[in-house]
Amino acid sequence: MEIRQIATLAGKEFWDRIRNRWVLAVALVFTAFALVIAYFGGAQQGTVGFRSIEFTIASLVSLVIYLVPLIALVLGFDAIVGERERGSLDLLLSMPITRFELLLGKYLGLAAALAFSTIAGFGLVAVVLSAQLDLTALFHFFGFMLSSVLLGLAFLSLAVMVSTFAADRTRASGMAIALWFFFVLVFDLLLLGGLVVTGGKYGGEIFPYLLLLNPADVFRILNIFTLDDVRTLYGLATVFPRALAEPWLLSLVMAAWIAAPLGVAAWRFRK
Amino acid sequence: MADTSQAPAERAAPVIAVRGATKHYGAVRAVDGVDLEVAPGELFGLIGHNGAGKSTLFKMMLGLIPATAGDIRIGGSPVTGSGFRAVRRKIGYLPENVVLYDNLTGHETLEFFARLKGAPASECGPALERVGLSSAARRRVREYSKGMRQRLGFAQALLGRPRILFLDEPTTGLDPEAIREFYLILRGLKADGVTMILTSHILAEIQERVDRLAIMAAGKVQAVGTVQDLREQMDLPLWFRVRLAHEDFHHVRAVLGGLPVLAIEAREDHVAVECQRESKMVVMQALASLGDKVLDLHVHEPSLEDVFFGFSD
Repeated sequence: MEIRQIATLAGKEFWDRIRNRWVLAVALVFTAFALVIAYFGGAQQGTVGFRSIEFTIASLVSLVIYLVPLIALVLGFDAIVGERERGSLDLLLSMPITRFELLLGKYLGLAAALAFSTIAGFGLVAVVLSAQLDLTALFHFFGFMLSSVLLGLAFLSLAVMVSTFAADRTRASGMAIALWFFFVLVFDLLLLGGLVVTGGKYGGEIFPYLLLLNPADVFRILNIFTLDDVRTLYGLATVFPRALAEPWLLSLVMAAWIAAPLGVAAWRFRK
Repeated sequence: MADTSQAPAERAAPVIAVRGATKHYGAVRAVDGVDLEVAPGELFGLIGHNGAGKSTLFKMMLGLIPATAGDIRIGGSPVTGSGFRAVRRKIGYLPENVVLYDNLTGHETLEFFARLKGAPASECGPALERVGLSSAARRRVREYSKGMRQRLGFAQALLGRPRILFLDEPTTGLDPEAIREFYLILRGLKADGVTMILTSHILAEIQERVDRLAIMAAGKVQAVGTVQDLREQMDLPLWFRVRLAHEDFHHVRAVLGGLPVLAIEAREDHVAVECQRESKMVVMQALASLGDKVLDLHVHEPSLEDVFFGFSD
């Protein structure tokens, strides 16, 4: 594997997103949403203004679960199929690089753009709120930012996988949207539905493990269990064994969610 | 055919060696048992209708499409497998209808590909100059005309000082002046010993410029050789255009009467005489015997186009 070539490919993807202001736009979206949530998140309860880091993070988690997967899928769905459809893939593949290097370079470049905009967007929020945050709160917020990045990278990995399977960009976008619906909207409903139908008799014990099959749920659990106050806000938290909620363990699961779809993409793209 | 399918007389080890290359897509035989050899420093043309299998064969030679069967070696090495990187570094490729990145400038485009090829960035400026794009180096590719994109694609192929160039329809979108300059560059590369294989559908353009060529149809190589070899293989008739001092058609007919000519026709200001190649000298001598009755004489060899249609139909 030649690092230089991977870095060249990654650098191009990253600078493309800087130059077309994709990174800036996404960062601003994150900042704007996060600030609105931080200040007006309690409006329904009749309070306006920053309340606590726990409430802010709990609200942001819901936002991030919808937004970050969507942004990551939109960012990556045409990584390979787009080059193929435009007609630029053959030239790239004629270079002294392997197909895996091409795939990895593209992924890392897009990942850097996504991570950069996530950290810049939420980082700006942390700066704005810094007067109200103590060190512990900052630590929690940092954990939230990091897990948001991991969530984005996992869905970006899924998007790149889609881009190696789809025959054209249209189909790739359809598959990406279907993945979003499945993981963000349908998955939890199916699990809950299963629990209710069986009256909680079956599946109750494997239920926490099933949650690990969805990177969005892994992200949710990661953030819930780092904050005691937040845990009580979520009903789901009560069914989740604490032993499984170790941040390092969940981070490992997330890493697997990043690596596995990429591995499938590499296998698919080899042919 | 055996003689003309061989590389030129020196018989150096071929730079491109294709043996029984086959690519099937289900029941479709896109490339069907192709054998081809290109000698070092040779400028080799590959012609054929759209869908004849040229681009597929090109991509197989570059290792972009795995062959269903057969063996392809570039510079003596297989183009896929562990040694592919070394082989690829020797190759320059200009794809058909090259697509580059609209958001990059001409210079940035070359820098990107130079890094991928492991070529020094200092080659980018001279490469742009070579194809006449120096003044547009800082402009975005989205502002480039079709011809400029094609030239930028060609500059990209020249990065890393390749020893073998694969040029798929390289003159598409170029104006006649640019086409002339393009072939001048190829001549310079040939003088440096670079081996080149190019496809074209403009037969008149390549017939005077390639050393040898192959005609492809239905996934197969129908004929290989110099343009003259192919003419002889095809055995197409040639014709004389004879301009006479007076309206002396009957006299010409009388002189050529006993000779193996295919047709004699009086046209507006000349007489057209068609014959087989083997009768060429006999007919020419007979016409010369007319002395000063003949004002002018042209011999028309069948064009590459005639040969091409002869082989591909």
